Amino acid sequence: MSQVIFAEREDQIHETGGDKPFRISCDKQSLAGAVSQRACVFCGSRVVLYPIADALHLIHGPIGCASYTWDIRGALSSGPELHRYSFSTDLGETDVIFGGEGKLTRALDELIPLHQPQAAFVYSTCMVGLIGDDINAVCRKAEERHGIPVIPVMSEGFKGNKRAGYYAACNALFRLVGSGDISDIPPMAVNLLGDFNLAGEIWIIREYLERMGVSVVANVTGDGRVAQMQRAHGAALNLVQCSGSTMELAKMMQETYGIPFKRVSYLGVEDMAQALYDVAEFFGSDEAMEKAKELVREELGRIYPRLMELRESLEGKRAALYVGGAFKAFSLIKSFRLLGMKVVLAGSQTGTEEDYQELASICEPGTVIVDDANPLELMTYLIEKDVDVFVGGVKERPIAHKLGIGFVDHNHERKLALEGFVGMLNFAEEVAATALSPVWRFTPRRARRRLEAV
Amino acid sequence: MKNNLAKKHDYVSSTNACKACMPLGACIAFKGIEGCVPFLHGSQGCATYMRRYLISHYREPVDIASSALGEGEAVFGGGPNLKAGLVNVINKYQAKAVGIATTCLTETIGDNVPAIVREFLAEAVLEGSCTEMPALIHAATPSYAATHMEGFYAAVAATVAQLAEPGPRHEGINLLPGLISPADIRHLLEVAGDFGLEATLLPDYSRPLDAPASEAYEILPEGGTPLAAIKAMGGARASLALGWTPASQDAGRDLAERCGVPLHSPGLPLGLRASDELFAVLEEISGRPIPDKHVEERGRLLDAMVDGHKYLSGKRAVVYGEQDLVIGLSAFLAEIGITPVLCASGGRALNFGEKVHEFCDGLTRETPRVEAGIDFYRIAEISRELKPDLFVGHSKGYRMAREQGAPLVRVGMPIHDRIGGSRILHLGYRGAQQLYDRLVNAVLAQKQADSDVGYGYL
Ligand code: SF4
Ligand code: SF4
Repeated sequence: MSQVIFAEREDQIHETGGDKPFRISCDKQSLAGAVSQRACVFCGSRVVLYPIADALHLIHGPIGCASYTWDIRGALSSGPELHRYSFSTDLGETDVIFGGEGKLTRALDELIPLHQPQAAFVYSTCMVGLIGDDINAVCRKAEERHGIPVIPVMSEGFKGNKRAGYYAACNALFRLVGSGDISDIPPMAVNLLGDFNLAGEIWIIREYLERMGVSVVANVTGDGRVAQMQRAHGAALNLVQCSGSTMELAKMMQETYGIPFKRVSYLGVEDMAQALYDVAEFFGSDEAMEKAKELVREELGRIYPRLMELRESLEGKRAALYVGGAFKAFSLIKSFRLLGMKVVLAGSQTGTEEDYQELASICEPGTVIVDDANPLELMTYLIEKDVDVFVGGVKERPIAHKLGIGFVDHNHERKLALEGFVGMLNFAEEVAATALSPVWRFTPRRARRRLEAV
Repeated sequence: MKNNLAKKHDYVSSTNACKACMPLGACIAFKGIEGCVPFLHGSQGCATYMRRYLISHYREPVDIASSALGEGEAVFGGGPNLKAGLVNVINKYQAKAVGIATTCLTETIGDNVPAIVREFLAEAVLEGSCTEMPALIHAATPSYAATHMEGFYAAVAATVAQLAEPGPRHEGINLLPGLISPADIRHLLEVAGDFGLEATLLPDYSRPLDAPASEAYEILPEGGTPLAAIKAMGGARASLALGWTPASQDAGRDLAERCGVPLHSPGLPLGLRASDELFAVLEEISGRPIPDKHVEERGRLLDAMVDGHKYLSGKRAVVYGEQDLVIGLSAFLAEIGITPVLCASGGRALNFGEKVHEFCDGLTRETPRVEAGIDFYRIAEISRELKPDLFVGHSKGYRMAREQGAPLVRVGMPIHDRIGGSRILHLGYRGAQQLYDRLVNAVLAQKQADSDVGYGYL
């Protein structure tokens, strides 16, 4: 193995197809000094709850944690836009010494009347965890004073990794579920969990479901509303897309309200179609199934000719992906196959052992599977595997670009809809836009290779 | 009228901060030291967030290591993780220096970084786990104490305090700029060179944060102020600290007190008068007159200022960002006939208002309103009442400018909704010239957009 791999991390990397049986270690604390691509518990909570647009998201801590998360995501709202503000208690030196409870109380008292949110989430950050503010008590009292749910999110950054943050967010969300009136909810109704409505994606999915006669009770969490969440227990089924982030919530709802869940993905034509068929099948409705099939035919017909055109130019190119959750990786691998491309590296920040196992089983031999990577490792494999297109987030972009490799943004910050059939086409266009750019002919590494080849 | 609005809303909380936290500034400064890896002593999140923040502005890799503290370390102290992290960074990055900045977490638990580093050095030598020991610089940056601007200056001051040594004397000068763009750094070095001066500019992230396309991902980007040059700063014939706020002078003052290097404080050379100030100091130190090239550039700037004066005359602008930058921008705007009606910053460094008023006095039609420790929610609120013709600042003001229908001229950092933030030139006659053209053109474009006819000839 290459020398840039930290000895401590060897068990977090696996290459498929060798004689070694599959084994990968994950969900560990990041290695000190390794420049992990991962964030913290707070980040995990913020990511999940972020798109609830009519709630106040107050970050209790010093300013940085709030500054860096201000309006960075592409999550859209059809109405209120409170989620795009960055509220912070902006703790200062005296607060560290005397505690921040008073400031938090006053902050809630000024922000709630000013913005009239339907609920407030109060995120605790590292420093708050240390100075020991009793956030629960402050929130409880504020809830009484203001008559809206004020929910503490226990997301001290150091208390684990991003996954722990997902868990904290699910706990917070679950506190909302169950208090709304569900008498008018039709029988064929679902909740959408783990779709963040980046660039309006959830609206695409809702439209598909509506065409099948299925209604949506709660968008958890994209274009989310507090009132929807309170009625979420009235749905017959939970569709869980980003399972890493919202699976816990689905499980809690199953336990408490007996609502079953299905893991789905709206990325790529295969998984998108499967998701719709699964829903129809769940409801046992022949009519819904017919409509789903018709919808898939129609939508596919619309995008197929162009997809095949793009496939012709992309055939044979090599792709790598490094994403937040591992589940997304499956859909991406299939999408790349549809484009005639081959995935040679697949990694994630927060995959579970089962995720990786499954990933390894659908990858071709020689594919590198990696958990919680860092720039050194990514760089090594991008070169070694001679990648043409890398899929990742903002932090991965310069790694690709510096190596003269095309890049596609596929994280929470993107502003391009990639879900649904139209999303598959967008994705293909995006891959083509970068892979087929003439710029790579001129970047040093490729330019040299061209010279050598002559 | 002064401060009416502020009294009406005496906010406790912050909504859309006009500042970032101290360690972020420290990381930028450390990127400007040769072979230096910034290392945040704290939990993983801060480092990752700052990386993405900086990457979105510079569009370059920004590797920031972290000691990735977990719950146990938060309780029992982060020493072991810091040491383990240092070993990893040193071995894998072959760093020549590691810039260790503390975060809220480690400042609050009270980790004694200098002591941990001393221990580490003793143990590392014994165990031989590192072949060659890099310089380990430590900056205390409790993010809750001040803004990223002060964090930047704190890292520069720490570097100088820990690496620069008194003597031996040499003919070079020290340039200690503020938080400026890579293009600004290149320009300052060019100017000094044109005076025949060998300048050590600290920090010099002009290449690490604006690197040419290369063969590979540079694990440790080339460029940055050489460590030997930093060491020799104590022997320079003069230091120029280019800022106005107290923190901007810290490194220069240390060099003066500890090493006897005379300190000049011409301010950030933004606009005509402030650039004149810098050129005058360089003339004095070098004993040479201003090179013709720059005399011409100054003339060209003035010529442009005459050509465009009527378009700008009486215009009113809202300016925001780091305090040093806002002071400089206000001075520049005032001299080209634009009144900076609101000069705002999330920072609370002293003498901010004083400096703005000093530069605007006698030039502007209204007295600028100065707001420190402010956030964008209030800047927007005050702007709605002031109805400015344009906004001058970084990308974070975009939403406010869009809502109020006035153009935003992007300067400073972060610029993450445009490409080329690293290449915006703000400083010197040349920088003023480029900014001037952009300001006038923004006003002209707005004029066209607002006109029913859409005149194509203005
Ligand atoms: S915890 Fe402190 S250092 Fe970290 S991002 Fe937040 S404010 Fe900055
Ligand atoms: S201070 Fe803690 S909560 Fe805030 S960004 Fe850093 S690790 Fe996350």
